[in-house]
This record gives sequence, structure tokens and C-alpha cells, in this order.
Amino acid sequence: MSQLVFDPSKVMDIDYTKRTEYLDRLEALRAGMRTLKEVPFHPSLPDKGYTNRTLYVNVDSLEVKEKPVTQQMKDVFIGGRGFGLYQLWNAVKPTTRWNDPENEIVISPGPVAGMTQYAGTGKSLVVSLSPQTDIPIDSNVGGFYGPLLKFSGFDGLELQGKAAKDVILFVDGVKGIIRLEEIEGGPEDSHVLAELLTHLYAEGEKDLPNVSVVSTGAAAKHSLIGMLNFSFYDRRRKCVRFKQAGRGGIGTVFRDKRIRALVVRGPKVAGDMNHPVDPETIAKTGIKYHKEIRENDGSQCMMRRNGTAHIVEIMDAYDLLPVHNFQYGSHADTHKIDSAYWQQRCTQATVDGCWYGCSMACAKGADGLVLRTGPYQGDMVTVDGPEYENAAGLGSNCGVFDPDYLLELNFYCDTYGICTITWGTLTAFVMECYQRGILNKERTGGLEMTWGNAEADLEMMHQLARGEGFGKIAGMGVKKMKEYLIKQGWGDPQLINDIGMENKGLEYSQYMSKESLAQQGGYALTNKGPQHDEAWLIFMDMVNKQIPTFEDKAEALYYFPLFRTWFGLNGFCKLPWNDVVPADNSSQPEAHKVPEHVQNYVDLFSATTGVKIDKEELIVQSAKVYNFQRVFNIRMGKGLREHDAAPYRSLGPVTKEEYESRAERYDQQIITEMGLDPAGKSTEEKMALHRTWRTDRFSKLMDSVYARRGWTSNGVPTLARLKELGLDAFPEVVEVVKQHL
Amino acid sequence: MKQLVIDFQKCDAGRNCNHECELECAIKVFKVDDPAQAALQIKAYEDGGGKAVLCDQCGDCVVVCPSEALKRNKLGVVMIDKQLCVGCYMCIGFCEKDAFMRNPDWIVPHKCTSCGVCVKVCPHGALSIVDVPEPAVRII
Ligand code: SF4
Ligand code: SF4
Ligand code: SF4
Ligand code: SF4
Repeated sequence: MSQLVFDPSKVMDIDYTKRTEYLDRLEALRAGMRTLKEVPFHPSLPDKGYTNRTLYVNVDSLEVKEKPVTQQMKDVFIGGRGFGLYQLWNAVKPTTRWNDPENEIVISPGPVAGMTQYAGTGKSLVVSLSPQTDIPIDSNVGGFYGPLLKFSGFDGLELQGKAAKDVILFVDGVKGIIRLEEIEGGPEDSHVLAELLTHLYAEGEKDLPNVSVVSTGAAAKHSLIGMLNFSFYDRRRKCVRFKQAGRGGIGTVFRDKRIRALVVRGPKVAGDMNHPVDPETIAKTGIKYHKEIRENDGSQCMMRRNGTAHIVEIMDAYDLLPVHNFQYGSHADTHKIDSAYWQQRCTQATVDGCWYGCSMACAKGADGLVLRTGPYQGDMVTVDGPEYENAAGLGSNCGVFDPDYLLELNFYCDTYGICTITWGTLTAFVMECYQRGILNKERTGGLEMTWGNAEADLEMMHQLARGEGFGKIAGMGVKKMKEYLIKQGWGDPQLINDIGMENKGLEYSQYMSKESLAQQGGYALTNKGPQHDEAWLIFMDMVNKQIPTFEDKAEALYYFPLFRTWFGLNGFCKLPWNDVVPADNSSQPEAHKVPEHVQNYVDLFSATTGVKIDKEELIVQSAKVYNFQRVFNIRMGKGLREHDAAPYRSLGPVTKEEYESRAERYDQQIITEMGLDPAGKSTEEKMALHRTWRTDRFSKLMDSVYARRGWTSNGVPTLARLKELGLDAFPEVVEVVKQHL
Repeated sequence: MKQLVIDFQKCDAGRNCNHECELECAIKVFKVDDPAQAALQIKAYEDGGGKAVLCDQCGDCVVVCPSEALKRNKLGVVMIDKQLCVGCYMCIGFCEKDAFMRNPDWIVPHKCTSCGVCVKVCPHGALSIVDVPEPAVRII
């Protein structure tokens, strides 16, 4: 593949300042709001990255309290996802389910979050018991909420209880006010709601960037796949934009608690608000990285031009792009939704970081989209990019190659508050069921779910937002849909289980792992279910070929989930780690780890907190939280070997057509890997050979990875491992494990 | 737009002038007694001649600034609004001329304002302020 060259003359001439506004609804919204409780607090800025307290709010009892951040919390859990998991553990019992009042949503930005000098430092981590998996889910999300919450005075926010009526929680970090307000009527969908709330709570035009809103949309409350939108004010466009805490249904928990929105109004941001111990190191490291982006991005991933969408054509070229529910790896129409197209369609004259200082600036926006369907039909909107996952999930995986429809799907997922990745995978599943006659027009209530039928796809989503029809069934997610189809007696259960791409109840994200053993493990051997947050290995496995042997892959499945966990402890974005690399990276030892950037992270952490670490200690920090989370899963009834099983579609060819689309490669593997002769064998026989070989290979991978992680063959962290990590200081953790040893 | 330019036919790269321009800029414009903080930096090459690090008001930094702290003033000069600056240093990292400056003692970076203070003190008359058309905004 040749490197794409950006041609500014091809960028579409679209006015990025124009869109439909909803501000005329502000008065009506205000009229429907009533203060339930107001509590004063002392705003404070962090010291060495920590404010040393978190905020607890019970939306039912209206209890509001501050909790201290202990030294033990910092030492063991660091912050972010670590704090979230720790506070969630303390809040729930093994019997707690997602819709019990004691379930919490914890939002924590991490000690480094809010730094403005390095790319990707504004993330919030959101943790809750997932309605899809019944175990903790964590999501790493941009937008300004987390940093502004911290600059108001809190390292985290715990939300517990279930309100009787819809509520808004407002934290004013300038005036020192925490206010719970009831809201009657008013919009639910994020693009309207967040615009109104931003204007409602900002004190004048100049204050708009200091307000951030967390919200979801109408589909969250009718489904299990609700997501949360975290807003940031786009100064160039003069509009509210979003980043999503997408996976696992946290938006559903949010609406189940009857929270309509969270709003923070923080102080005006400056460059030193974390009060780091060593600002000079941070400044130098940041500037070095900005230069690296300036010099290398144009000849590497072009993140500043097309965000993560550059992977579309690479995956297609390597036969790894999910097409038609992960059956195939490429498609003749991919060029319609590849990065060359998005470079023209996305606005290029803006600043697209989701927090200050992100020079990678991947949060591209497509402006001037006039909606063709749904309740906002005819409105002109700005929609995100789309990111790779959305182009692949809403696009190729469902056979949708019309870019405007793809953007519309993306828009509605966002404003309705559902995860694009989940929607892509579950729609692809529905479409394959339709293709194979497991579903038909009668069973879907009239929806013709044929490949590429974006209108039917959108209608299914509008149904979900209205809480109606087949859309509501789809909104349960793949796992529950499989159970539903099997219960109805529609289709062969084994086929349904083979092609329904979920593990632990969470839908796969958009990489075809069939040909990548490392990615098979990267998906299934995860704490929270198959996503690309923990172990995105397909690129280094299949494109860069940096982990060729079985041992390399097992080692990668030890190292990378831990390395990547660390981003979530601190409030870092993962993309700046390897979506640009230093020019000499490939000649460095362990190039796939991007050693110079690892050192940057070590330096940034130490320079912020004053706690000196090195790259080995970084992994130990993660291992504590990662193993704690594994034990948490076990405590909730999952987290064992059986729960790491993968649907066969993610391991190998389920159907004859799939086999035949890659017959040469598969036949060859029969010779080289199995030592057999494919000649004279039927496709079915060859498929059976593959199934045995592939399932066996996956099982062996599990054995190796578990051993490397210090777990038993049943996937349980050993007492020795817990002790090594200091987790034996928590008797409850030890108790959970003991029952499985 | 107003632009500071240097003529290396006249400038001897500080060999005989004690970097008057830098010192004057640092003291008068940025109120610090340290020529390293001047918005222009004259470097001498070992084998004769030299180069100047100076801002040509190209506007690239305006494009990347996330907080709209950088704007052109009426004279076309790129000015920083310290109130709006969030100290991200993208302006520094993206300036191809390395002309956006940073004093480790300040959080807000600083740059040349084309004020001409340095022009007046150059003993060789090597510096001048010229009026040139604003370049088109680049996608960066
Ligand atoms: S790389 Fe993208 S997602 Fe990450 S912080 Fe920057 S803009 Fe946000
Ligand atoms: S500081 Fe650099 S980028 Fe900014 S106007 Fe001057 S030369 Fe251009
Ligand atoms: S350091 Fe200040 S002036 Fe420079 S780009 Fe960042 S916000 Fe703008
Ligand atoms: S023109 Fe003014 S700001 Fe620019 S280098 Fe000379 S004295 Fe400094």
C-alpha cells in the first residue's frame, strides 16, 4: 500500500459554523427544572495531580458527601479506572446487578488527566456494573468533564441510588456549589440536551468552554447498550461536541438511575492546574511530542487529517476488515468509506483535540450533514468523523458503504446514546440471521434487514429510541438476542452461537480476529469483554508482523493488557502512544512497544505525582488493578476460564462460503499446521479439521497466557500472585480467590 | 502584515555587537534581563556567517492553538492573549521556525510582536520591519 497524500484542494467546501440550533427551547427547559438540594463546598485545585477527595452523590436519598482519597488508594489503584473499580467493589455485593440501587457509576479522571502539554491527557474513566455482562465495565472517554471535575476539587464522582424522577447533578467548581435538580419534560437526546445545558450553566459566552455535560439519549432507557456522551465545547465551530463512554451499557445504568445529565462548570483552564512536581520535564516532553506529530503524522497515520479511519483501507488490504458480520475481510466498495474519502469529507480547518494540548487531534468532525430520517429529519448537524470502529462497524460489517448513511447512523447512535461498536456488531448479526433465514420480514416486524440496507438499519434504531418493535429486541444486544432466537426455535442453535459475536455478553469490536491468534486472545482473554482497549494486537500481529511466534503472542497478551490498563489509571488516551512513532522507532529494541513513548509516560507520571517509577514499575502498577478487576469478575460470578470462551466465528470459518473465500490459505494450513493433505477432502471435512485445530490452538494459548499472568488454568489469580502485588492486604479479595483454588 | 526581517549581509551573527537586539528585546519587550528569552535568537556558525531564529508571522501557530489565544492584530501580527492561553505549547511544537519561545519560569509562551524595538539598537542596521501580504491560512 502506498502512503496517502493529503490534497487540501479536494476537501469539500462545507461551512463548519452552520448547523441547526435548539437554543429556542432553553426557556421551556428552565421552566421544567426545580432545585432538590444545594450543598456548598470548597473548590480546590489538585496538588501533584490529586485533589485528595472524591464526591459521593446518592440520587435517591440526595445524600452528598466528600470522601478522602487515602494513600493506600493512590499506592494500589493510582486513580481513574483503579479508583472506579475500588469504589465500585466497596459499593456492591456479589449479588448486586446493574439495576440495583447500590450499583454505582464512578467517573474518575486520574492523576495525570488535565495536563495540557502532552497529547491525550484529558480522559475520564467510567466504571459500573454492566447490564450486558453483569461484571464491571470500564470505559475511557474524552471530553472535558473529568478534567473540569478535578479542577473543581474532586478526583472522582460516585453516583449511587435510583431517583424517582429525572435529575441533573450540577457541580459548580467556581462558586463551590453542588446542586441536584429535578427535571420534567425537556429533551433527552444528547445533541439537543447538552447544547441547552451548556448554555444554561455557562455564565456568558466566554464561559462555554468551561462547562461540560455528561448525558445519553432516548435509546439508552429502552436497551442494555446505552452509552454516555461527554461533551466539550468546540470554539471554532461554536458548538457542543462529544466523546463517548461507549462499551457495556453504562448509559443504560445512567437512565435506570434516572439521571438525565451531569454538568460541571470548572474554572478557566491554565497550564499548571495539576501543580505537578516537575513542570519543566512535562513541558519538554510535551513539546518534543508535538514536534514528532508535526514531522511524522503526515507520512504515518495522518491522524490529524482522518483520525483513526486510516485503518479502514489497511484492514481491507490485509483481508482483516470485518465484512458481513465478520464473515469476510475485504469488500470491493471499501474505497467509498476509506480515509481518502474522509479526508475530503471532514472539516480540516478546525482544531480537533478532545482535550487541550492534543496535537494528535483525531476527533475529526463532518459538518453540514442534513439528516434524511428520524425525529431530526431535515436538521443540519455536525457528526464525528467517523472513527475506524464506526466506519467498520456501522459500515462494512453491515455492508453499508454509503458514507452519508454511515454518518447518519453514527449521528443517531450518538444522540440516542447507544454504542456505535455494539450497534454495528449486533446489526451485522441481525443481518446475517436475515441472510440465513433465521430472521425474516415477518419476524422483524417488517424490517428488511438485508446487507447494506441502511434505511432498515436506521429504522431499527429509531424503533429502539421509541421503545418499540424489533428495535427493542435488537437493543438487548447479541447475547440476549441469541437466547431469544433459540427460545423462539428459529435457526440452528449452534450456528446462532457460532456467529453471534459476543463474549461475556459484550459485542466484539471491529477487527477480524479469525486469522490473528494474538487478537483472538486479545478479545476473549480480557477482563471486561471483547474490545480493543485492553489488547489491540492485530496490527502488530498481522500488519507489522512483530510477534511471529506462539510465545511472542502469549507474551504480548501478558504485557499489552497491562501496559494499556495504565492509560486508564492515569487519564491518558491510548492513541498518542503508537498512532505516531519516532522516525527511528523501527530500529529500536522492542519496537512494537514504542520504547521512547513508554519513557515519555514514565516521565510524565513521575513529573506529575513526584512518585518515581520506571517502565517495569509501570507494569506493576497496572497489574495490581488488572488482577483486582479479574478477582472482581470472579466475585460477581464470571472471570473464569469458561467465561473466556470465544464464539467460533472469531476463531475460524463457520460457513462453507467463508472457508471457500480463503480456501487457498486454509488448505495450506492443513498441510503446514496439521501435517495432512487437503486433496480429495470436502469443504465440510476441511472445516472440521480447522475447527479442531483452531479451538485446540486457542485453548493452548489460554494455558500459556494464564500461566504468564500468574493465574491457574481456570483463570484465577494465584495467592502467590496476589501477594506479589500486595493485594493480600485486602482480605475480601483473598477470600474470593480462595474459593476457587 | 508587519514582519521582522534580517539581512545577513549586514548582521555579523553577534561577533562584534554583543547581541544587542536580543538583549533589548528581552529587557524592553519581555521585561527580563536574559537574552535567551528574546523573541529572536542570533546564532553564529563556526565557519563564519550565521542564522537567525525569528518569527515571520506566518500564522501556523494560530491554526493549531486550541484555545483561540492566538490571533492576528490589525497590523497582521500574531499576538497571544495570556488570559486565554492554556499552556499547551502546541504553538511551540508546530512552529517550523522554532520561533515560539518559552521561559521555564512562565507558563505562557511568548513570541515576536514585530514591534521593532530590536531594529533600533542593531549597530549594523541589519534588522528591519517590512510590510508584506498575509500568507493564506494553511491546514496543519
Ligand atoms: S488522540 Fe484523539 S481521542 Fe485521543 S485525546 Fe487526542 S483527540 Fe482525543
Ligand atoms: S511563531 Fe512560528 S508559527 Fe507562529 S507566526 Fe511566528 S513563525 Fe509562524
Ligand atoms: S500554549 Fe497557549 S498560545 Fe500556544 S497553542 Fe497553547 S494555548 Fe495557544
Ligand atoms: S520585533 Fe520586537 S518582539 Fe520581535 S524580536 Fe524585535 S524586539 Fe523582539
